[in-house]
Amino acid sequence: MSAIEHPASTTALDTTAPRGAWGDTLHSLSRSGTFLVGSTIVLFWIACAIFGQHFTPYDPLASDILNSLAPPSGEHWFGTDQLGRDVFSRVIVGSRDILTVAPLATLLATIAGTTLGLLTGYFRGILDEIVSRFLEAFMAIPVVIKALLIIVAIGTSKLTVIIVIGIAFTPIIARTVRSAVLAERELDYVAAAQLRHESAFHTMFVEILPNVLPPILVETTVRLGYAIFAVATLSFLGFGIQPPSPDWALSISTNYGLIGGGYWWTVLFDGFAIASVVVGVNLVADGVHGAFND
Amino acid sequence: MTDIAANALQLDNLSVAYRVGRRDRAVLRDLSFTIARGEAYGLVGESGCGKSTVALSVVRYLPRNGKVASGTISLDGQDVMRLGPEALRRTRAERVAMVYQDPGKALNPSIRIGRQLTEVFELGGLSGQAATDRALAMLNRVRISDPAGVMQRYPHQLSGGMQQRVAIAMALAKDPSTLILDEPTTGLDATVEAEVLDLIAELRRGLSASILFISHNLAVVSRMCDRVGVLYAGILVEEGPTDVVFNDPRHPYTVALLRCLPRGDQRKDQGRLDTIPGYLPSIGATIKGCAFAERCALATDLCHTTPPPLHDLGGRLARCHYHERAQELPRATPARVEFAMPPAGQSEAVLRVDGLNKTYHGHGHALRAVKDLSLDLRRGQTLGLVGESGSGKTTFARLLLGLVSPDQGGHIELDGKALAPRLGDRTDAEIKALQIVFQNPDSALNRSHSIRHLLSRALKRLAGLRGRQLQDRLDELVRSVRLTERHLVVKPRQLSGGLKQRVAIARAFAGDPRIVVCDEPTSALDVSVQAAILNLLADLQSKQDASYIFISHDLAVVRYLSDRIAVLYLGRIMELGPSEEVFAGPHHPYTEALLSAAPSLDRRENTRIRLDGEIPSAANPPGGCVFHTRCPRKVGAICETTEPPLAEAQDGHGIRCHIPYAELARLQRAGAARPARETSLPAAHPALAER
Amino acid sequence: MGLSLISLFLLSVMVFIGGQVLPGNVGRAILGPLADQQAVDVLNESLGLNRPLLVQYGSWIWNFIQGDMGTSYVFRAPVSGFIVDALGNSLKLALVAFLMVVPVGILGGVVAALNVDRPLDRIISIGGLSMTVLPEFVTGIVLVLILGIWLGWLPISAAWPSDAGFFTQLYYLILPALPLFLSLFGYIARMTRSGMVEALDSDYTRTAVLKGLPWRTVVWRHVLRNALLPTITVVATQAGYLIGGLVVIETLFRYQGIGSLVYTAASGKDFPMLQAGVLTIGIVYTVATLVADILYSLLNPRIRLRADQ
Repeated sequence: MSAIEHPASTTALDTTAPRGAWGDTLHSLSRSGTFLVGSTIVLFWIACAIFGQHFTPYDPLASDILNSLAPPSGEHWFGTDQLGRDVFSRVIVGSRDILTVAPLATLLATIAGTTLGLLTGYFRGILDEIVSRFLEAFMAIPVVIKALLIIVAIGTSKLTVIIVIGIAFTPIIARTVRSAVLAERELDYVAAAQLRHESAFHTMFVEILPNVLPPILVETTVRLGYAIFAVATLSFLGFGIQPPSPDWALSISTNYGLIGGGYWWTVLFDGFAIASVVVGVNLVADGVHGAFND
Repeated sequence: MTDIAANALQLDNLSVAYRVGRRDRAVLRDLSFTIARGEAYGLVGESGCGKSTVALSVVRYLPRNGKVASGTISLDGQDVMRLGPEALRRTRAERVAMVYQDPGKALNPSIRIGRQLTEVFELGGLSGQAATDRALAMLNRVRISDPAGVMQRYPHQLSGGMQQRVAIAMALAKDPSTLILDEPTTGLDATVEAEVLDLIAELRRGLSASILFISHNLAVVSRMCDRVGVLYAGILVEEGPTDVVFNDPRHPYTVALLRCLPRGDQRKDQGRLDTIPGYLPSIGATIKGCAFAERCALATDLCHTTPPPLHDLGGRLARCHYHERAQELPRATPARVEFAMPPAGQSEAVLRVDGLNKTYHGHGHALRAVKDLSLDLRRGQTLGLVGESGSGKTTFARLLLGLVSPDQGGHIELDGKALAPRLGDRTDAEIKALQIVFQNPDSALNRSHSIRHLLSRALKRLAGLRGRQLQDRLDELVRSVRLTERHLVVKPRQLSGGLKQRVAIARAFAGDPRIVVCDEPTSALDVSVQAAILNLLADLQSKQDASYIFISHDLAVVRYLSDRIAVLYLGRIMELGPSEEVFAGPHHPYTEALLSAAPSLDRRENTRIRLDGEIPSAANPPGGCVFHTRCPRKVGAICETTEPPLAEAQDGHGIRCHIPYAELARLQRAGAARPARETSLPAAHPALAER
Repeated sequence: MGLSLISLFLLSVMVFIGGQVLPGNVGRAILGPLADQQAVDVLNESLGLNRPLLVQYGSWIWNFIQGDMGTSYVFRAPVSGFIVDALGNSLKLALVAFLMVVPVGILGGVVAALNVDRPLDRIISIGGLSMTVLPEFVTGIVLVLILGIWLGWLPISAAWPSDAGFFTQLYYLILPALPLFLSLFGYIARMTRSGMVEALDSDYTRTAVLKGLPWRTVVWRHVLRNALLPTITVVATQAGYLIGGLVVIETLFRYQGIGSLVYTAASGKDFPMLQAGVLTIGIVYTVATLVADILYSLLNPRIRLRADQ
């Protein structure tokens, strides 16, 4: 064959995509303002959760009854609560439980939801019909209510909250994965795999799964935000993280009756802390979404 | 405003860039051309050359990241770029109209056709009944048979051809001075495309509008346009009267492009198609000399350093330093065939299909996608499958491969042994014997895997290779499709369309298949890339003695590669025979219509067989002969009541028609003498005649 | 329609499992670990909890359909009365929140889409979405502090005086509705925005613009019609969620709605009340989704007219 048939020119490779899909995504993440701001906030709170107790001015759990409900001052930056505990110290370490429970719940939901979504989307048919009906019915009850019902029935603990929120989010992730898999399944590479007698397992996990990772990743980060939301709400209602944890939502739950008396500092700083974490996670999710959909 | 400008549309040194990744990438470079009043100007080029950008610039509807960097566009002497918002709106309302590809998307899905049409007239000051009357008249003009009914419908209730007529009606409603047609028939079936082109040609006679006709299809442009401009990398490389440019090109790119097209009598056993080496400069690339120099065998140092001017060759232009020698461009691919083809007709059958049926059941009615299909395929030969949408050609391919299950009763035999209908029941040997090259490599190649992984996996599963053996065979396979080691490490999306299709072909050949189904393997590719892929398929076939089932809607492509051809219509074989006999005729009236519908550069036909109406739905096929609703040679009631058999007219050539073979021969030899309906093409435009 | 019935059936099974199977020994759960075993047995007996599960489910769901939702363990009174009152109250609150958020949310989405990728779009999109993920008790408390306590503009409890007229009730509902507004705004705005962006980028919008129609006409006649279709589904789905998602708000503002009813029942392990409340919320959601589907297909000619072909 003639030499020029060989596509030797560098323009053969699309020069606009030198990094490959994932490299591109990382690149655009590193340039996404929302992602950078969001991940800074989240990393800050993770650092506080891990190292916070070494830096707090007071013991977050130590009460000082004589000094209860002191307003913010140079001594207690964020004031003290009913038991005289230092609010600032409590806020700093207050992320510990929620930042363990929520990510683990999200992880559980992601694994279960991805598996379920792959199976239903790949096999379709009667299995899909049945599972989809169940998930739909399950999703008809808001997450917090569902969680309430189950936690009341089996009693609360961190593990229960993880499992309950994980189960509650599973259908949502399963639905996202299923619709992505249904679209992938129509593509010819799946037929090509069948024409090689590949097993269903191979086709699902080696052929299809890598292609549906972007939507899974986006959904997972979005879900993480809602997991924090849900855990915080459960804790606020008294069904989540239990005392004496310095958890933010728990603190608000114990102290919000006091705001009528003007003791705003017992709840406001915790509120801001929760807000900053969920907004941070949400900004990360927005950045990830943007990076995959550019 | 008075229209004193001589030209309806004039572009001067237009440069347009798209902003991608914080960098402006040039799409159009210093583009100038003019379209005289009443003239039809064609703009041709391969994908990525900036054709559509021209159209969008003229109507100032560039994407958000696009901007006109310099130059002017004037419509009727008015500078489009300087118009304020209101003036721009009025220009769009009164002077310029545009019709583009995919009419299904161009019409608003939630508004009735009538409303979408009348609003154009309302803009012109009409209201109520008057607007409705004008809308009805307009639909009549685009030959819609039930205008009042169509007015009440939503776009999704119309077929693609009808939708495009409506879009044309909407564009012409304002009686524009310039009409832009951007690939108006791309994606339509051949017979429908022919009708729409006829319509446009006919409407031109009653209109004063100048036409800017944008297409990748040289034959369509040659049929529709007075003058043509050839665009390469956003640069106008050649311009002139259509027949002059296409018959006597003066730019190497035009020369090469024309050589890539399979012409009527070219066949795989007689020679290879020419190709264009290398690749189109990527969008925004810096071009120092001639944009085509990298790929041009005539190029000298001058070409690489100095951009050639647009030489005026008396009524035509060519942007080449060596325009007088352009046609001496050496072939990039030798015509010589390296491997001798096995003598046709002598090899044994590798595949026999007998009485294959496929019915889809859905929403209450049954859809017979494939009906009573029988044929056989010989070793080392190609069976071409031709048909429009709904013909069942893709379903047939999937039935063969076992991807869908046929109805009870059919029979497939591979090498004389019965083949299980379901993929899961086939042996590994049977699986690897039957492989496919899909139409769209983006869909067929897993985008998460590297090329090496894609091919290694196929070699492992289909050829059962491991380790060193696999590596050796991989190298060989990669070389056989003319890829290199470098291509192995990348993911599919980093390759161009042609390279991706090579990977797909390599994968299909990994297990030394007996039969490869090629499902429109080149329809998503540009002609220069298509030629290389067709050559590759022909080479591989002669080397490996593989048989092909080659599916395509492009008759010239099918003809180039096929030994036998089956013409399908609504799931039935209408005609089956040796390629040359099917093309030479006498043929089935449907084949005849298809052949006459296909625009061709070679044939300046005066007569055309025009099919009436749309392709019926396969869910509700007509009784009797399924083609009788559109058949120009329908003989009478028998066609409506009795389905004719696939009668063997001659040895190995069957035609499913009530008209006897001899009679068909007589009718078709008389040619244009008296087909049921015929139309003649409009005479060449006066502007052209004057030259 | 039929699918909704199947969903409702499955829903009832799940609620039954949650309320009657998971707790295991309900009598023990109610009376606590220190209670006398005999008392537990007596209670279980009186609650009919020692019958086979299938029978228990059958009689529970049959009674529920007939309007008998059982008897509250805590109040010793039929559950149905509480449910009906609470549902009415929740609907009032949800309606107020909805009337505020739907128009503003759609407007926000439209404005964002018309300014796509400009700062205004980023503010609406990211700001709205961030609000959506803020727990309602956080926004609720901040709003109470600012509007209720520091500025004193709005009452901080939703418990209006018993003789309150329509406008007074409305006045009392504004503050509780605001956190709901914030949590829904982002959702609705985002859906509207994406529908709008898709419609604006579509070929049919290009056709309309190139017809020379004024931009206003293009947006009103061609873009909005198609863009708002997906929003309808979201709005109705959110309506369902909203009614059930009021637990926190109703608790925070001491409002006697279905959410606070469920919360009270959960705190008091009042399983019949809890089950009835949760099932009611599920039914409301399913009905809202059904209404959304019907509305969507009525407004979308491609679905409406499919039957004709």
